[in-house]
Amino acid sequence: MAEGIKDKVVILGMGCSKFGERWESSPSDLMVEAFEECIADAGIEKDQIDAAWFGAGIDSFNVGASAMPLSIALRLNYIPVTKVENMCATGTEAFRGAVYAVASGACDIALALGVEKLKDTGYGGLPQRSRGVENDMYWPNLSAPGAFAQLAAGYQAKHKLNKKDLKRAMAHVSVKSHANGAKNPKAHLQREITEEQAMNAPFIAEPIGLFDCCGVSDGSACAIVTTPEIAKRLGKENIVSVKALQLAVSNGTEASHRSWDGSYLKTTRIASQRAYNEAGVKNPKQEITMTEVHDCFSITELVTMEDLQLSKEGGAVKDILDGTFDADGSNPCQIDGGLKCFGHPIGASGLRMIYENYLQFQGRAGARQLPDPKLGLNHNLGGFPHQNICSISIIGPYG
Amino acid sequence: MIGITAYGAYYPRGRLSKKAIADANAWFDAGLNAHAKGERAFCNWDEDTITMGIEAARDCLSSLPNPELSNLYFASTTFPFLDRQNSVLVSEALNLDSGVRTMDIAASQRVATSALIALLEAGHSKPGLLIASEHRKAKAGSRSEMLWGDGAAAVTVGSDDVLAEFICAETAAVDFVDHYRGEDSSFDYDWEERWIRDEGFMKIVPSVIESLLSKANVEAGDIAHFVIPTDQARTPGALAKQLGIPVKAIVDNGISTLGIAGAAQPLLLLANALEKAYPGELILVTGFGQGCDAILLRATQEVSTYRPVRGFSRAAEHRREETNYNKFMSFNNLVERDIGKRGEADKQTYLSGYNRRKDLLTGFIGGKCTECGTVQIPREKYCVNPDCHALDSQDDYCFSARKGTVKTWTADRLTFDWNPPAYFGMVQFDNGAKLMMDFTEVEEGGIDSGSKVSFHFRIKQFDTQRGFRKYFWKAVIS
Repeated sequence: MAEGIKDKVVILGMGCSKFGERWESSPSDLMVEAFEECIADAGIEKDQIDAAWFGAGIDSFNVGASAMPLSIALRLNYIPVTKVENMCATGTEAFRGAVYAVASGACDIALALGVEKLKDTGYGGLPQRSRGVENDMYWPNLSAPGAFAQLAAGYQAKHKLNKKDLKRAMAHVSVKSHANGAKNPKAHLQREITEEQAMNAPFIAEPIGLFDCCGVSDGSACAIVTTPEIAKRLGKENIVSVKALQLAVSNGTEASHRSWDGSYLKTTRIASQRAYNEAGVKNPKQEITMTEVHDCFSITELVTMEDLQLSKEGGAVKDILDGTFDADGSNPCQIDGGLKCFGHPIGASGLRMIYENYLQFQGRAGARQLPDPKLGLNHNLGGFPHQNICSISIIGPYG
Repeated sequence: MIGITAYGAYYPRGRLSKKAIADANAWFDAGLNAHAKGERAFCNWDEDTITMGIEAARDCLSSLPNPELSNLYFASTTFPFLDRQNSVLVSEALNLDSGVRTMDIAASQRVATSALIALLEAGHSKPGLLIASEHRKAKAGSRSEMLWGDGAAAVTVGSDDVLAEFICAETAAVDFVDHYRGEDSSFDYDWEERWIRDEGFMKIVPSVIESLLSKANVEAGDIAHFVIPTDQARTPGALAKQLGIPVKAIVDNGISTLGIAGAAQPLLLLANALEKAYPGELILVTGFGQGCDAILLRATQEVSTYRPVRGFSRAAEHRREETNYNKFMSFNNLVERDIGKRGEADKQTYLSGYNRRKDLLTGFIGGKCTECGTVQIPREKYCVNPDCHALDSQDDYCFSARKGTVKTWTADRLTFDWNPPAYFGMVQFDNGAKLMMDFTEVEEGGIDSGSKVSFHFRIKQFDTQRGFRKYFWKAVIS
């Protein structure tokens, strides 16, 4: 039995660009913005980085293929750079690559950087793109909100909810995130909204309305990781460590086998349980102080609360409306504003979430600083409810 | 005895109000108001000659569970493909044996009657299937737009359980150019209606029918059902009168209810006649175009008990009123609509990939695991059952006739669709399999988790850049 990643690798520095409609900035500009903050925070020279992992989700609307765009943008010194893509889990995948490289002993210091330039399409929403030669011939031409609206239909049918109750809880998810995002200068959307606004917004894909959808933004985030020993040697204080890194990938069961009823995210349940085991978490509700989950749509966050065992099955609607996941609740979720306010530059999101954990554990989260964060969980979900990739990272103070 | 052994019919559900056509166009041609009564059948954006033909054939074959066919003839003047045999695609969608002799027959309004004569006179040992389907394009604000409709019908010809016995047929081939459509045109060009009546119908049709009746030794007055397809409202009556055929024998062309379905019209009217015919009655079927075909049939005892699943009457009754002329124009590509940037995405079909997945895409074939019995679609190499995962264990399993239930759904207003919002969701089949798929013909408020669905072959996407269109199966709320 593998012993896992817990406390083998720590974060030496992190950076995050301003997210938003960065019309003026190229992907390279965004990468440099995140990287400069990161390397200054790490207190090292660029040549001390042994290897890099580069995450970018949609090549055709972003930087193009391969690892070269990162190496060129940062003028890296011909070090090994690996390009990763795993849909919305891409950012966390880049982080996983760098962390595993350090843990293996192959590298002392590794870089993970994710970037996405979504706003060069000429229209709102995620880019319209091919799902592959064969899939395009029979898959519905589903948009992301259309795919996740299925989760609402499945959840509502399973728990026999009326549409309005579910919609109100979904609205609260967004209201809470906007309230948090309003306190974050790097967020794309920094304005509070009301529950009524969210409830009454036009449908994008029933029952998902405009305010149930996360923003669409450009952005970049990065991390430099190393061993605890090197971090200490470099004088790093308040060291933040990796407690768990897990990934679960659908194998077609949800899409094609009757055992999945469409009301939950099978991969999230599997990946989070593995992560809890890896991090030694016995009681998530009590031990996980903060969560940054993949709130691509409000319904995703709602269902994810149950899949992470932070609400009991069928209990998320009540918990959400009770304020359990608000900034002052027992389990704050999206304290930085989440995808809802940051938008979802695909390659960057996972690292942006870890960045917020890092700031919180270093006590540098400003107006949104939580009083006593213990463990942070980050969750990405790439694809659709019926077939997806789920990544989970758990971050906390070293030791 | 050779004759018709089964029949089926299909009209698209959409019925465009003719008043809507007149309201939109009478500013230009006030004469359209004279036709502004009733409605016409028109294809949904994802229907065409092929999809309608398949629906008619499925209806026809509904009484023949395991048809062993000799031929599949597909008749139309509006085939989606000019060089890709349309009847082969139809055959594969129907999951017929690849040994069935397929043929597209085109280029005349009497193509269906000519093909029917060919089958009736061929004497094949096994039944032959004839499908006629038509989706004619008419210019905006034209008389044709008012009078025509879309539809399809199918019959089988054979010697077992004959519904209507073939007596004889007669043909006159005359290059009478009442209208034509050249290879570079999308629309017909026609000549004056009165001239077509006087010099065309009234001169060519009577001589053929008289010759036929004489050959069969039948009196005109004994004809019980007279099929004379035309968009001229009064011509059938004039012909009946001239020939001595009882006026009540005329099978209504349905100009003000369904519209004239071009090359499919003779078979649609024949299906209508067979539905109403009593044993022993004589049915006279004609087709007019570059001459005239006439076929004489006599209904047998079988006709009174035979009923397809849908048939003509139910196809005609199954309707959804549409008063939005703009939607009709869009569906028929008569206007260049701003479809948004999402609609601009490349729709290329990679033909080698298509060919690999043809069983799924055309035949709606999945798999049934021989190890655990799990039915699944799409079929992959390993069984999907988490407790099985056997390799290469699946037999072909066809889903097209299965029933299903909506598990989850949405109405997606972000994604591109020719008729937004796009409805799609997870369908649970009655055999336990599941598939995320498109719904079509959904009316607002008409779908929810638990709704029952059936499956239909429809257009998936148009590749306008390359003149191709993809098809796949969609779920329709039952």
